[in-house]
Amino acid sequence: MTEADWPLFEVFVRSRSGLEHKHVGSVHAADARMAIEHARDVYTRRQEGVSLWVVRSMDIVASDPEEADALFEPARDKVYRHPTFYAIPEEVKNL
Amino acid sequence: MYTQALDTHGQEPAATAEDTAAHAARFQSRIDEDEKIEPKDWMPEAYRQTLIRQISQHAHSEIVGMLPEGNWITRAPTLKRKAVLIAKVQDEGGHGMYLYSAAETLGISRAQMLEQLLSGAAKYSSIFNYPTLTWADIGAIGWLVDGAAIMNQIPICRCSYGPYARAMVRICKEESFHQRQGFEIMLTLTHGTQAQRAMAQDALNRWWWPSLMMFGPSDADSKHSAQSMRWKIKRFSNDELRQKFVDITVPQAHFLGLSIPDDELHWDEAAQHYRVGPIDWSEFQAVLKGSGPCNRERLEARRRAHEAGRWVREAAAAHAARQRARATAATSSGETP
Repeated sequence: MTEADWPLFEVFVRSRSGLEHKHVGSVHAADARMAIEHARDVYTRRQEGVSLWVVRSMDIVASDPEEADALFEPARDKVYRHPTFYAIPEEVKNL
Repeated sequence: MYTQALDTHGQEPAATAEDTAAHAARFQSRIDEDEKIEPKDWMPEAYRQTLIRQISQHAHSEIVGMLPEGNWITRAPTLKRKAVLIAKVQDEGGHGMYLYSAAETLGISRAQMLEQLLSGAAKYSSIFNYPTLTWADIGAIGWLVDGAAIMNQIPICRCSYGPYARAMVRICKEESFHQRQGFEIMLTLTHGTQAQRAMAQDALNRWWWPSLMMFGPSDADSKHSAQSMRWKIKRFSNDELRQKFVDITVPQAHFLGLSIPDDELHWDEAAQHYRVGPIDWSEFQAVLKGSGPCNRERLEARRRAHEAGRWVREAAAAHAARQRARATAATSSGETP
């Protein structure tokens, strides 16, 4: 007989203070506290982190890859949002 | 890693053959341009199934791989060696977890994979069906088996499937410690007594050929290779990787003062490669089909562990349910002013 899986949690690790939490993988656990313990055993055996987040995978809403163009393409032709778009004479300093 | 547990935006519309052909062409061109494929991206069913098979087998291998080494934890010769061996075995368990996670992103559940392993339906690396008879075997496994695994796994760090590639990056970093500690065990033994040197040589004699077989059948007989290469799941052929392994390992054996158990081994000056004698593929096939020295023992150990852990899983689930019920009760009573 196949037992049902425990819920899946996505794991995020802050590698040291000052840096953001970063997604590293996932663990199954009966509850959030166990998920933290599993995440510690699975993803931080070599001092990879100083802080952990676990989030139920079911609670993450992701954008659809099929809609990637519609979402992100409009930014492609707006190069004027980058400082390098503007030609400034070389003799002008501190710009 | 994102998985099938994520929201699915309802039912997918039925794809026409034309749609599928267009998707397939775009998929291959993304791969040709070295783009990574991520879990929710469109992918051909065969690509998905190939990855599920490969990643789950890989995960099972890590899990079963804990058994031959676990055999020596209580008998490690010093406290230091024992601590190292425990850390290594724990890493193998961790590698299994990274890989199961990666496979789950393709739509198979952890429970299904576990079921396939325990029922004997799933394959795992045949190397773990050999016994660890002496302490030197722990050295030989780290040096040769993990060495061969690294050779196999480094190219997978650039695999086209993102979650698999990312898991492999973590694994390869950790494997490097495994290989070095194994070589160090061999080094210590070969600098020891006559009996210790003999033990090291005996371990090399037994693990050499099975290690070469870890790279899989020769290219002429490898049925999955061509398509996996096109999909960039595989980057080098079995024989290419095996040759690389031989070329780096033979000098290491010489350094240890050990001899490779192969009368036909020689240096090919023109090609700048070591050439090995013929591999006994009938042995490989036999172990794969279940007739290796420890196949039955390994599966029984996994099944026993799974059964013995059942009460823990049930207790944890019951505890989680009670905590949830308490939290709900506290929230609803808190809402009344």
